[in-house]
Amino acid sequence: MDFLRPASWEEALAAKAAHPTAVPIAGGTDVMVEINFDHRRPEYLLDLNRIGELSEWAVGEETVELGASVPYTRIMEDLRAELPGLALASHTVASPQIRNRGGVGGNLGTASPAGDAHPALLAAGAEVEVESVRGSRRIPIDDFYTGVKRNALAADELIKTVHIRKADGPQQFSKVGTRNAMVIALCAFGLALHPGTRTVRTGIGSAAPTPVRARVAEEFLNAALDEGGFWESGKVITPSVARQFAMLVSAACNPIDDVRGTAAYRRHAVDIMARRQLGWTWEQYRRGGHPLEGAA
Amino acid sequence: MRVTFTVNGREQVADDVWEGESLLYVLRERLGLPGSKNACEQGECGSCTVRLDGVPVCACLVAAGQAEGREVITVEGLADYARRRDSGVSDSGASDSGRSGSGERGAEHPGDGAGELSVIQQAFIDAGAVQCGFCTPGLLVAADEMLERNPSPSDADIREALSGNLCRCTGYEKILDAVRLAAARQEEAV
Repeated sequence: MDFLRPASWEEALAAKAAHPTAVPIAGGTDVMVEINFDHRRPEYLLDLNRIGELSEWAVGEETVELGASVPYTRIMEDLRAELPGLALASHTVASPQIRNRGGVGGNLGTASPAGDAHPALLAAGAEVEVESVRGSRRIPIDDFYTGVKRNALAADELIKTVHIRKADGPQQFSKVGTRNAMVIALCAFGLALHPGTRTVRTGIGSAAPTPVRARVAEEFLNAALDEGGFWESGKVITPSVARQFAMLVSAACNPIDDVRGTAAYRRHAVDIMARRQLGWTWEQYRRGGHPLEGAA
Repeated sequence: MRVTFTVNGREQVADDVWEGESLLYVLRERLGLPGSKNACEQGECGSCTVRLDGVPVCACLVAAGQAEGREVITVEGLADYARRRDSGVSDSGASDSGRSGSGERGAEHPGDGAGELSVIQQAFIDAGAVQCGFCTPGLLVAADEMLERNPSPSDADIREALSGNLCRCTGYEKILDAVRLAAARQEEAV
């Protein structure tokens, strides 16, 4: 094994181009476990810790440019107003020790359906900026996850920045597991209201081969809210509409039975989370529509 | 490969480090610092918690090469680190001066420091928070860092800060007692 320690982003891209099998390592949450347990013996480890710009973020007019290695601790403490859904999700990642090292780039690189950041990114709307010596491109989050632990990255590309739409309305995230800390999601759900465009977006985690949006449910709710004039009136959403939305979210799941839970339980739990989150976010919208401060 | 970094204020060089080795392995097996415990090797248990450039991390999830040039505090150096902090010596300068001279210590900590315990360590003993002791080093490092940031923690703050550290003996109540006791003693000392 070789340990590559690029001192700059350009050096990292050159190293990845020269050694496409190199495994990038930043927080080590996934990579070190695989090495410790002898599940993986990469030819090259590509350490990204020395590249300072990966741990920086910038809040723009419409988006937050989040460096791939910005630790979850910083997201939950410093970006709660701009990225409330992701801040809530970040707070559910593992433990303080792991949140101090891990970042969204790791979740995206591993592309596990159980990664906590995914539902929040899908619901908010995001683009993943990846780069290689050949150039840079932005992959819409909807096209990023291509299979179980597979993503749209080419072998010579590295994840640089995630461009996430700043919240323009209430957002929520919740996850089901056996305790509050150190839990891999049994299933997770994120919801973002976008009053500016009068749309809602969703994200489902751990209940399909990849993180997915519940598009049929989104379309149903968008139409129902529009037809009923709910955005203008701010009236309480009809219970039958909320129930139908939750049922359609659940129908978007394609879960499996595994050691953490059954497919049927996952479908049921996602249904419940969807209905509750719609209630919470809509109540907040009615009260003034300000983005939710993370509260988990 | 060779890895050079600062541990508990002293520069250390580890040779023949395998590239996939963890910081925890280097500390325990190459530098003779077995205080950080090796249990789960997957970041679940927190018994290997150390501070990397001041930040609590699981040493089992840090590749040895990632520690190059950085500063690590382990439980072995916790009392000395806490003493420097309490006497107002900048902890970031710890690596430059090596082990502290006697002039840097607070008046309430006479002697050469060897064998002396930090406030959090003494509180763990006094509160009966140590049973088998395996989780204790990680809990001490995590709790000490929380008290540094937050001298008057609520119970929720303590639970949150220690949520990454598992203990199978105590049921946690006495650990919570110990942290409350340390916080109270620190406040008295101010």
